[in-house]
Amino acid sequence: MPTAFAADPLSVRHSDVWLHDVAFHRGKFYLVEAVSGAGKTSLCSFLYGMRSDYAGDVLFDGRNIRSLSRAEWNDVRCRSLSVLFQDLRLFEELTVEENIALKNDLTHFQSEARIEELLAAAGMADKRTTPVGRLSFGQQQRVAFVRALCQPFDFMLLDEPVSHLDAVNGRILAQLLTDEARRQGAGILVTSVGSRLEMSYDHLLHL
Amino acid sequence: MKLLWKLLRSHLSVAQTVGFALAGVVGMTVVLTALQAYRDVMPIFRAPDSFVRGDYLVLSKRVGTLQTFGLGSGGFNEEELRDLRKQLFVREVGAFVPADYRVKGSVSAGGVGFSTYLFFESVPDRFLDVETEAWRFDPAQREIPIVIPRNYLNLYNFGFARSQGLPQISEGLFRRVTLDVELSGAGRSEHFRGRIVGLSNRLNTILVPESFIRWSNERFGGGSGAKDPLRVIVETDGPADERLAAYLSSRGYEAEGEAPDDGRAARFVRLAASAVAAVGLVFSIMSFYLLLLSIFLLLQKNSRKLETLSLLGYRPGRIALPYVALTLGLNLAVWCGALLLLWAIRSRYLPLLETMQEGYTPSGVGLALLCGLVLALLLTALNAAAIRRRIGRLGAGKE
Repeated sequence: MPTAFAADPLSVRHSDVWLHDVAFHRGKFYLVEAVSGAGKTSLCSFLYGMRSDYAGDVLFDGRNIRSLSRAEWNDVRCRSLSVLFQDLRLFEELTVEENIALKNDLTHFQSEARIEELLAAAGMADKRTTPVGRLSFGQQQRVAFVRALCQPFDFMLLDEPVSHLDAVNGRILAQLLTDEARRQGAGILVTSVGSRLEMSYDHLLHL
Repeated sequence: MKLLWKLLRSHLSVAQTVGFALAGVVGMTVVLTALQAYRDVMPIFRAPDSFVRGDYLVLSKRVGTLQTFGLGSGGFNEEELRDLRKQLFVREVGAFVPADYRVKGSVSAGGVGFSTYLFFESVPDRFLDVETEAWRFDPAQREIPIVIPRNYLNLYNFGFARSQGLPQISEGLFRRVTLDVELSGAGRSEHFRGRIVGLSNRLNTILVPESFIRWSNERFGGGSGAKDPLRVIVETDGPADERLAAYLSSRGYEAEGEAPDDGRAARFVRLAASAVAAVGLVFSIMSFYLLLLSIFLLLQKNSRKLETLSLLGYRPGRIALPYVALTLGLNLAVWCGALLLLWAIRSRYLPLLETMQEGYTPSGVGLALLCGLVLALLLTALNAAAIRRRIGRLGAGKE
């Protein structure tokens, strides 16, 4: 639970996550729904180790993540936990393929050909050499999505992944994600304020 | 690495980089020039006939009225010599042995002849500041090697020759002059050839080898035997030592020549070189900070990117790499620039040093080269450590 709410738990509306013990399992797909401001991005930030201003504990396979060293976090972020940030965190001056290469050079997870396939599937094949800064937010979301697939993962966190996507592209990404997660036996955690990524979720949680 | 560099070089200020490079080149040039100049000047100090080496003093007793009337020896007796040797600041004492007979020298050149009475003295060889193979006497050869004070040549060249409209004589030519020397005493008179084999800065007398003085005093001397030496030469640890001055004045001894100043000159040069090198180091340290601050500013401006790279799983060391490479490149460029400037400065002062000493060979530049490289690498390493620490903190994310 975010420390902002900790002093006054009653201010937290009914939640399936805050003030509860929640376990996320590999191979399961979770949808976390909430209204704006309920703490979706905070939840992703806590799980990805970007923030630690919460009360309670987050455990990876029983280990408290507050005890993870800097090097261990690097390892987690390259092999275990993939993320699609809400604000995408792309480098605007770099091209689409450079943004993706920056992650894939680190993990060497996808082949050049596979990256091309993913870009083509996401409808971004003809934008490979375009600087990301010149793309629309919806296009940037798709680039960030492909980048998030350039690593092995046990879980992928997607923070409002379809906020700027049309239904067709949303379906395509959902399919790519499902295939990749099934292949790796990974779990998926998607947050949403309404327009959800259409997948067959195992659990629906209200934040 | 190429991608990282492309990403992180934005906001790099050319003006700040050039500013660092200039300050760095100035700093390192001053350090290296001080070091190299010191090394280049030292051979002149260490040369045996150096004008500045001399921690040597020539001592004599004050000439009093008694000596003027031929009373009192005015020489150093055994006990006084022993006492002198015992002093802590004295390394070695050598006695001047004068010739005990009459010496007449004559030289003829171009049909003009000069003739004059001379006197010979000798000191133990180790006190001689002239290195020559010819410093031997063989009675069968009838040739006497002679060392005269350089002052004599200077006196002739810069005083006498000028005023009389005579040509000046180079040291080399002077050495080729042969004197006709006539020694007389003990009822004998014999002729020898005298050859000037060197010029001394240290000893203000006409010197001949000790072996010749012994041989000739026996042959032409008045037979009065060994006399107390009138002058002694002292090798000392510190001519500026206060105890030395106190000792001399308490015994009524006089030191001749400017030997104390020579010793001081050597120390002064060392001090000056150290001071200049220290100033250069200050420059280098300031340029180091300039570069560090520029890079910190760059890190601050790129902090969001650095944080994102860290969230993608980049290690701080890997993120720091472009900045460390930039620092290394700049410092190596500064090193090269400083070496070029050093070469230019050196080509200006070396000819000057060559005129100060015959056969002068400058020191190698290897040490300066190495010192510059070590300085460049050291500054890079310090920069790299600071950059890595800063990136580690930036990329740690929000708490």
